[in-house]
Parts: sequence; C-alpha cells; structure tokens
Amino acid sequence: MKKILSIYIASCCALTGVAQDRGNLLIKNGTVLTVTQGTLTETDVLVKDGKIAQIAKNISAPQGTKIIDAKGLFVMPGIIDPHSHIAIDGINEMTSPVTAEVAEGDVINPLQMSIYRALAGGVTAVHAMHGSANAIGGQCETLKLRYGTFDNDAMKMEGAPRTIKFALGENPTRVHGGGSQIVPRTRMGVEFVIRKSFSDAQKYMNDWDAYNKNKLTKGFHGQPPVYNLRMETLAEILKGNIIIHCHSYRADEIFMLMKVCKDFGIKRLVFQHANEGFKVAPEIASFGAMASVFSDWWAYKFEVYYSTAYNAAILTRNGVITSVNSDDAEMMRHLYHEAGKTQKYGGLSDEEALSLITINPAKQLGIDSRTGSLEKGKDADIAIFKNHPLSIYGVPQYTIVDGIVRFDREHDPADMRLLVDPKQNLDDIIPSEKGIDRCMDGTEFLFGLSSEMNTAEKETQLDKK
Amino acid sequence: MKSLQLFSGLFTALLCALVFHIEAQSPKAKYGSFALTNATIETVTKGTIKNGTVIISNGKITSVGENVSVPQGVETIDCKGLFIYPGMIDGGTHIGMSEIGSDPRTQDFNEIGELVPQMKALTAVNPNAVAIPITRISGVTTALASPAGGLFPGTAALINLHGYTPDQMFAGFEGVVMNFPHEGRRGFFDRRADDEIKKATETALKKLDEVWERAVQYYQVDSATKGKSAGYYPEMQALLPAVSGNSSLLIEANSAKDIRAALKWIKDKKIKKPVLTGVAEGWRVADEIAKAKIPVVTGGVLELPAHDYDRYDQAYTNAGLLFKAGVKVAIRSNETGNQNYRNLPYHAGFAAAYGMGREEALKAITITPAEIFGVADKLGSIEVGKNATLFICTGDPFETKTQIKQVFIDGWQIPMVSRQTQLYDEFLKREPGVSKK
Repeated sequence: MKKILSIYIASCCALTGVAQDRGNLLIKNGTVLTVTQGTLTETDVLVKDGKIAQIAKNISAPQGTKIIDAKGLFVMPGIIDPHSHIAIDGINEMTSPVTAEVAEGDVINPLQMSIYRALAGGVTAVHAMHGSANAIGGQCETLKLRYGTFDNDAMKMEGAPRTIKFALGENPTRVHGGGSQIVPRTRMGVEFVIRKSFSDAQKYMNDWDAYNKNKLTKGFHGQPPVYNLRMETLAEILKGNIIIHCHSYRADEIFMLMKVCKDFGIKRLVFQHANEGFKVAPEIASFGAMASVFSDWWAYKFEVYYSTAYNAAILTRNGVITSVNSDDAEMMRHLYHEAGKTQKYGGLSDEEALSLITINPAKQLGIDSRTGSLEKGKDADIAIFKNHPLSIYGVPQYTIVDGIVRFDREHDPADMRLLVDPKQNLDDIIPSEKGIDRCMDGTEFLFGLSSEMNTAEKETQLDKK
Repeated sequence: MKSLQLFSGLFTALLCALVFHIEAQSPKAKYGSFALTNATIETVTKGTIKNGTVIISNGKITSVGENVSVPQGVETIDCKGLFIYPGMIDGGTHIGMSEIGSDPRTQDFNEIGELVPQMKALTAVNPNAVAIPITRISGVTTALASPAGGLFPGTAALINLHGYTPDQMFAGFEGVVMNFPHEGRRGFFDRRADDEIKKATETALKKLDEVWERAVQYYQVDSATKGKSAGYYPEMQALLPAVSGNSSLLIEANSAKDIRAALKWIKDKKIKKPVLTGVAEGWRVADEIAKAKIPVVTGGVLELPAHDYDRYDQAYTNAGLLFKAGVKVAIRSNETGNQNYRNLPYHAGFAAAYGMGREEALKAITITPAEIFGVADKLGSIEVGKNATLFICTGDPFETKTQIKQVFIDGWQIPMVSRQTQLYDEFLKREPGVSKK
C-alpha cells in the first residue's frame, strides 16, 4: 500500500515536471519512413525544442543530447487517430438534435490510462470527438498525447483548427425520434434538421452583419441580435472556420450531406466511418471531401451490413484522401496493424497504407503542416518500431511527442497509474466487447438500458420496448 | 458489306450475352482430385517441406512430400512461390448464429434460462450466413459455434465453414458450455457491499453444485438402466456427455479468482474432460493451470488489459505466458461483435510477436484446437489421411500483406468470393462514375 502510494507520488512529480516541455533528441541509424519523402536507411533524425531540426546521415548532436540508438529499428511519424473518445469525460450531450454549442475541449481528462495505452501503440495525437447521438453534435478537440500532464489544456494541440461532430442515420434517429419522440426519426428528418440549422445560422449572421453595418449610422436605435453560442458555432462552419466530421454509414446519407453542404457553400467536410463511402467514392472525390474509415468492422448494426473491408482501398483508388481510425480504446493501440489490412484488402503500397494513419488524418484535421510525416520543421511526434510497422511482428519501442519520450517499452513500468483506488478489488474483470462503436456512449438511459449492459442485453431490453 | 457488319454486330451481342450469362452464375465449390505442386508446405506437425506436393482425393490428403508423383486425371495447381497451411480453427465464435449485432431477431446464440445445455448451437447455425464465406476465404476453415448466456447456455458445435446444412458442416465435436460463476464486482458501477458479493457468489456456486449433483445422479440412473428409466429431463440428458467424459466440458472463466475457483471445482467434482475458455487472466495463475493439466482456449488476444494497473500488453502476452508455463493453449478470436473471425491469424500473430513465437502461435490456431476438440485425426495439420482442409497463400498468414489464394475444405475447392469481394469488384471502378453516361 505504501509502495503504491510512493510510486504514485513519485510518478506525479516526475510526470508533471515534463508536462509542457519540448525535448531535444537524436535518433541514430534508423530506417526512417518519412511517409511523404520516401524511406531513408541508416538515417538520423535530430530533434530540437520539440521540432524536427534535421534528417540526414551521420548527424552529430550537441553534447548532452539524449540519443536513441535506432539501428535495426523503423522510425515513422507518430500515428494520428482521427476518431477517438479517449481523454474526455463526456461524449454525448444528447438533449437536443443540435448541440453545436458544447465542446469536448471543456471536459478533457488527462489522467485516463487509455492515453498511455495509445502511446504504447505509437499514437501521438487523437481527435477526441463528441458522440453521434445528435445530427449536429458538439465540437471536438485535437489532442496531443502528452501523458503525464495534469493540466487539461496542455493536452490540446495548440493551433489545431476547430472541428465539429455531425451524425447521420440510425444513431440520431434512434436517440431523438425513437427515444425522445422528436424530429429526426428518419433520414429525411436528419437532412431537415441540418438544413434548418444552417438556415438559422445564415439569418443570425445576416442579422449581425446588418446590425454591425447599421450601428455606426447616425440616428440608429436598433438592438443587437441576441448572442447565441449555438448559432455562433454554426456560423463559423458556414464561414469555413470549423471542419465538419460527420458520422455516417450509408452511401445515400453521405451523398445527402454533400448536397446540403454544396447548397450552403461549405467545403471542409470529412466523413467518419463512411462504411458505404466506397459506393459514392467518385462523388466524395469530386466534392473534395475526405473519409475516415474502419479497416474491417461490419455487421454490428444494419447500416453496416453491406460493408466491405476493401472500403479504404476503393476510396484511395478513387482519389479520396482516406484515413483509418479506431473509435475504440483497444483498436487505437494497433492502428498500424489496421492500416496494414489495406494491403490484404486492396493491395495498397506501404506508403499508401502508412499515409492512412499519418499524413491523411493530419490533412483531415487540418494539422498536416505540423505533423503526419517526418520532415524538417514539423513537430517531433515520432514512433519507433522493432520490425516494420505494417508487419504483424512490428512492436512499438518508443513513442515521442514534441521530442519527449512518452513511451519506452524497455522501461515500461508495470504500473502507470496516475489515479488509483487502493480499495479496488484487484481480481475483478470487466470483459470488453469488440466491434461496437462507442459513439452512443451516454445515451443508454433513453432506452431503459444501462451503459454496463453488453450488446446482447441491451438489444434484448430494446426489443421489449 | 452492311449485312456483314450487322452479322458481326449480332455475333458480338450474342457473345456478350453468352459471357454475361456465364458471369452471372454464382461460383460453386468443386469436389475432385487435386495436386498442389511446387509449394512450401507448413505441415505444422512434421516441419516444413520445401518444393513439395499435396495430393487431394476423395476429400482427404492422400500424399504429402517432396517426391510425390502426380496421378493421372488429377487437376494440378502449380503453387510455385506459394505456401500451404492447414485450415485455421477458431475455438470461440457465434458464426452462423448471428447476422446483425444490433438486431435481436437475427441472433440465435443466447436462449433464456440459466440451465439450458440442451440448446444446440448446431441447430441454429445458418449455413448461408454472410459471415461464413467472408471468414473462410481468409483461411479460417473451421470454427466453434458457441452459445452464450447463463450458467449452462447450451452445447457448442465445431463446424466446417462450407456446406448447405448443419449436417454437412458438422466437424465432429460438440461440447457443453458452462459459464463459471463470476466472483466479485462486475465493474466500478457495481455498488454492492462486499458481503453481498460474497453471498451472491456462494449462492451461485451452491446452485452450480446442485445442478451438477443432479447431473451425476441422472448419469448414474441412466447408466444403470441403460437409458430406459431416467425420465425426460432434457437439460440433464444434455449434460450426460460432460459428466461421462464422452465429450469436453467447456468452462468459461476469465479473472484469476474465477479460474482458481474453477480449478478447485474441477478437482472436487472430478470433471473428466474439462477445457478452460477465455482465461484472460491466465498469466496470473498459469502454473496452477499447468499443474492441473487442463487445456485452454484463450482470447481474443487483441484486447485491453483487464485492469488499469496491468501492463498495457498483458492481453497480447497472456497466451505466450500460459504456453511457457506448460499449458496446452489454443487461441480464439472471440470477435463476436462484428463477426470478424477472419482476424483469427492476427490474434495469433500478436501473441507470436509478444512472446509466444510464430511456431507455437500457429499451432494454437491449428493442431492444438484440433487436439482439444478431439478432431486431430481429421484436422489441424497437413498429413496423409487427414481431411483436405487447407489453404494456399503467398506468405506467412499472420502478415496482413499475405493473400489467401485458394481454400479447400474437406476436399472442396472453395470459390474465393464473398459479398465483400463482390462489392470490391463492383465499386473499385464504378460504372457509371459521377455522371451517368
């Protein structure tokens, strides 16, 4: 007990100390998979103040620089998970079909063990997303996995563009139409909710524009429009300052949202999951939208019954910028393996497969000038593997965020707890359940369900309704 | 001249119609004699044969080796540069018993009741489930279709993933499933007091003992009267093979505490053929399992650790640690949520990479489950006399780069298509594209 406490205190001290730091580092003699500029053998990567300063052979570092001997190892850009729900304490504000006013940035939890586990899978950044209960959900937050900090805000990737979650199909229609008996209950309703919201936001913007223009005119006595955070957020979408990341499965609903966006002049659009994206791949490509997909998940609900594991390959071959995501704290730990599956399903090249978890998600989050590849000047977010990361025998050895080593397999303490309940019964086990998206977390009570039930139990309950 | 053009046009149209007609047919499996030549053969039980030949005839492997002469009239498949492996066996699935996760009307693995071992998985397997071709063209040829639910949720069945009736699919093993009573809190949400939990566990164990005592009595009466006077007790009848030891009792236990309790129960009740399944925390009690000489079907491997304070890779290393302690260990995928049983080689691959080693991990999804389920005379390796249930591939099946080129199940050459490959063929270059012209 005393031991646990002392480890706890020691780790608190050790970890808070490095929270905001930017590191200096020299990675020697690795096989460097830059993703954007080819593969370089026996090459060094020099990191200064958390940035990549140089990639070349035989770099000599200033004295005292920490050196990682990467001989025989593979050095790749830190993996970016464009769809996650880790490191946040709330996922679904499901009280209205439109909740653009809420933000995941307000509920960041830097203490979750899943952050460390993701690091152990080579992940350095995640898109912490709102759930999919609402047609227009809350704002998401792009996080860097600076595990060890106690400061919520230190987890945020400073300067990353704003993003927001939208959702189509079964989830919003079940929650609102099915659960709360309000629109939307159908895919028609979902389209209407989104169109109405954008129209309202346009009017809101016009009212403000008119007020701002007129308030300077002599003799103007009008009142300013009522400030409305929801409308403010939607207006920023219309202005192109917030990227839409839309939970979607079926081809028809993907097509619908592109039409809506076209009508409102919205260009920045990423489809999340998009299990049937492959059916409208030419349309997604011609719109200029992007897609973030599962490698092979299917069959967990009707709208993913007609999926194919070839989705990522078909989208890629049709010119859609595509990423592979996890939506799951377990799968997040082996996104390199998930990306590798596109070589089985569609024969993508090593570079194309690695792009799915590095530069492409960076583009989808609007952070590709900072991360997603190993290039001079970019953030030193790096994963180092024993064996090629696309091989099943690839094992992450070091994960580096801003030049700081946040995971080191050789020196991985068995106990990385930051929060621990010493009274916890050590022998309890909560079986996990694979292949279920986490986007509906927190909505269970609507259906007389509890979040502790497994799917079979939930569905049995639902069936009774 | 014009008539010639017309003629050739008609001819082309006819040809197109003919070709279309052929393509429109669904590909069928083919039964026959095959010679798979020039292959690297991973026999699993008898090492690797370079540049070898496998002869398939009447559903069986009739020859394996380097210097095998190909009999006349046998269809030769040149496997130069390719590999042959025995079909992979997934020891824990709901395959054929569930179609869509969120639709209870498509789920047939979870019957009502705590004591329903008479519910037979084989009855509910839908031979035409979409997941079956999707799974088998990845080289997973055989799977345990398993019920889930209460204390005794039913009887699992090992099936080959080819056939049009359960009888055609049956692979020779059925076993009663038991969920060993779980001791302890079910999670952070479980607000019961410690003594309440203790009481609940005692009650559950007492109930189990009562059931088992009845089962043993039933078995004694049944044996003494040669099945004539035992009366109609379907649940007791279903437990007979587990009591008599004619078949294995598959005991699901995951936490270290539950595994220990199960080991004690097995010893006390002198269970004849126990198999432990799940065994997520087996690494904590590996020596005890090894000492009891009880085989294990563990997995999935691609799972989170059981506790926040466990090493992040504990689920990856579990199978290897069990093996090293001397436990006979098979790996299952347990990917029931989205029916991705096709990922079985990747579960084994992670176990291989995290300490088990490639050779042992391969055994854990081929010969070991075949032995545990008592079908090693038919499945699990490339040997003369065994069923021709195998696949041809481009490399190590644990690697995602590897393509599975051809699957044989019981000597049937399986068409390498599934709904997912058909969607790929249709949509890779969609016609029409963006504009309908």
